[in-house]
Amino acid sequence: MLLIECPYCGERPEPEFVYGGQAHVARPAQPSGTSAEEWTQFLYLRANPRGLHAERWRHTHGCGRFFNALRDTATDRFLATYRVGERVPQLPGGPA
Amino acid sequence: MTPFSALSLLKQGLGGQRGWKPQWRSPDPKGAYDAVIVGGGGHGLGTAYYLAKEHGLTNIAVLEKGWIGGGNTGRNTTIIRSNYLFAESAALYDHALKLWEGLSQELNYNTMFSARGVMMLAHTVHDAQVAQRHVHANRAAGVDNEWLTPAEAKAFCPPLNIGDIRYPVIGAALQRRGGTARHDAVAWGYARGADSLGVDILENCEVTGIRLGSDGAVEAVDTTRGRIRTPRVGVAAAGHSSVIMAMAGVALPLESYPLQALVSEPVKPVFPCVVMSNTIHAYISQSDKGELVIGAGTDAYTSYTQRGGLHIPSHALEAICELFPMFRRLKMLRNWGGIVDVSPDRSPIIGKTPVPGLYVNCGWGTGGFKATPGSAHVFAWTIAKDEPHPINAPFTLERFRDGDLIDEAAAAAVAH
Ligand SMILES: Cc1cc2nc3c(=O)[nH]c(=O)nc-3n(C[C@H](O)[C@H](O)[C@H](O)COP(=O)(O)OP(=O)(O)OC[C@H]3O[C@@H](n4cnc5c(N)ncnc54)[C@H](O)[C@@H]3O)c2cc1C
Ligand SMILES: [Zn+2]
Repeated sequence: MLLIECPYCGERPEPEFVYGGQAHVARPAQPSGTSAEEWTQFLYLRANPRGLHAERWRHTHGCGRFFNALRDTATDRFLATYRVGERVPQLPGGPA
Repeated sequence: MTPFSALSLLKQGLGGQRGWKPQWRSPDPKGAYDAVIVGGGGHGLGTAYYLAKEHGLTNIAVLEKGWIGGGNTGRNTTIIRSNYLFAESAALYDHALKLWEGLSQELNYNTMFSARGVMMLAHTVHDAQVAQRHVHANRAAGVDNEWLTPAEAKAFCPPLNIGDIRYPVIGAALQRRGGTARHDAVAWGYARGADSLGVDILENCEVTGIRLGSDGAVEAVDTTRGRIRTPRVGVAAAGHSSVIMAMAGVALPLESYPLQALVSEPVKPVFPCVVMSNTIHAYISQSDKGELVIGAGTDAYTSYTQRGGLHIPSHALEAICELFPMFRRLKMLRNWGGIVDVSPDRSPIIGKTPVPGLYVNCGWGTGGFKATPGSAHVFAWTIAKDEPHPINAPFTLERFRDGDLIDEAAAAAVAH
């Protein structure tokens, strides 16, 4: 079971949270001018790296808020959690 | 390769079982092959076997980063069935089921396929409607599946508690041709068969790069045992598919999650079939060794660690204890995880890629063991002919762009 640091409430056990997939995926700004390839990218293609992954979590059974995290998928170790709207913490080997 | 027969077993028995030879070679990599398969699980080894056997491609190799069958093939709960919803899926999974039925004879290796029946429980009105829709769709597609009343379900599986529980059993869908097989034997049987046709099986050989020529086509793969030149690469690497395909610049619509299972201490034969419940999420069968084999769900997050949280198998055990009160005092022996490659529509991707000479077979997620022979058979065809077999033609990478999804989320809702 993971121990996850909610940026609002502190460290809590994993069952209090819901995983929200890859972070920072933006919906195309101009839906009508967006190509099939760009829609495919937005709807279906996720990073899925073996290594650092920027991802969303929601502290459902706590403060209820969404936040982001950087986790190493090869070890499941969290390197950072940060609030929505904050920039991705720059770590070596991490996503830009 | 000396074939197994009653006579060879008797002779070896009289000789104290000391005369057995390794069942496949451990060669050094050649500098070049006509094709290489990445991933020594059942899908990769089977692909090599059918490439050699049916398409005459024998100067080929299977590259496995660890030991063969050490991935999901050796970690799965071996449930085999073909009662998926859509015609495309029914064709693919039933192709596999028909090959399972003759696989031990085909390979001269006992894969212990046992058609003991797979029963999927319904606990709510919604469950019952979905299950009945599957029964009708399957029968229209020529795939056996039948609806049972609770009493009939209990008669088929006497340990089942149908009444006195939080979610009573209100019916079940039964595929009698479904069942289980011995996971290791599938990897070993295909390895032995492929090897005897000349295929090199290279273990401890991790692919670290894919090299493309100036024309953009596959030229070679880099491995921990050196560079290997080849014009054709077939990737069957389950949870690691995204990582390997990224080496050639191909992005896949996959996410890799841990999926866990566990086995109990071995007991005498007590459990006649396979039982699955999507709603309270658990599934169970008994291995020929006597262990109860229990499947849990996926963990919530993507990972490559091959392990997950204990609350996931605990949850599955709670459901098992409700459904089968007689197992409440059984001790669990081992728990493990594998990394499964989940696609957006819960259907596999088997076919060509934007890179000439590069083929992919992935997205089997939580349920690809059952498809092993069929998947390998059509993937070998695709690599040999550079075009899909009619059965895997709908399972393209482009279906996500084109909106031709084959949405099996309901059929695959319980991880199996
Ligand atoms: C706990 C669990 C239970 C399951 N239960 C069922 C079930 O009941 N029924 C069912 O149908 N399916 C089930 N599945 C799913 C099933 O196991 C898989 O879909 C199927 O076995 C995939 O087969 P494969 O040969 O593609 O993969 P694998 O057996 O995983 O083979 C892929 C191989 O690729 C190798 N590899 C990875 N990266 C590299 C590299 N860079 N270079 C070289 N080699 C590499 C790996 O080491 C691995 O051996 C379950 C899975 C799990 C984890
Ligand atoms: Zn919180």
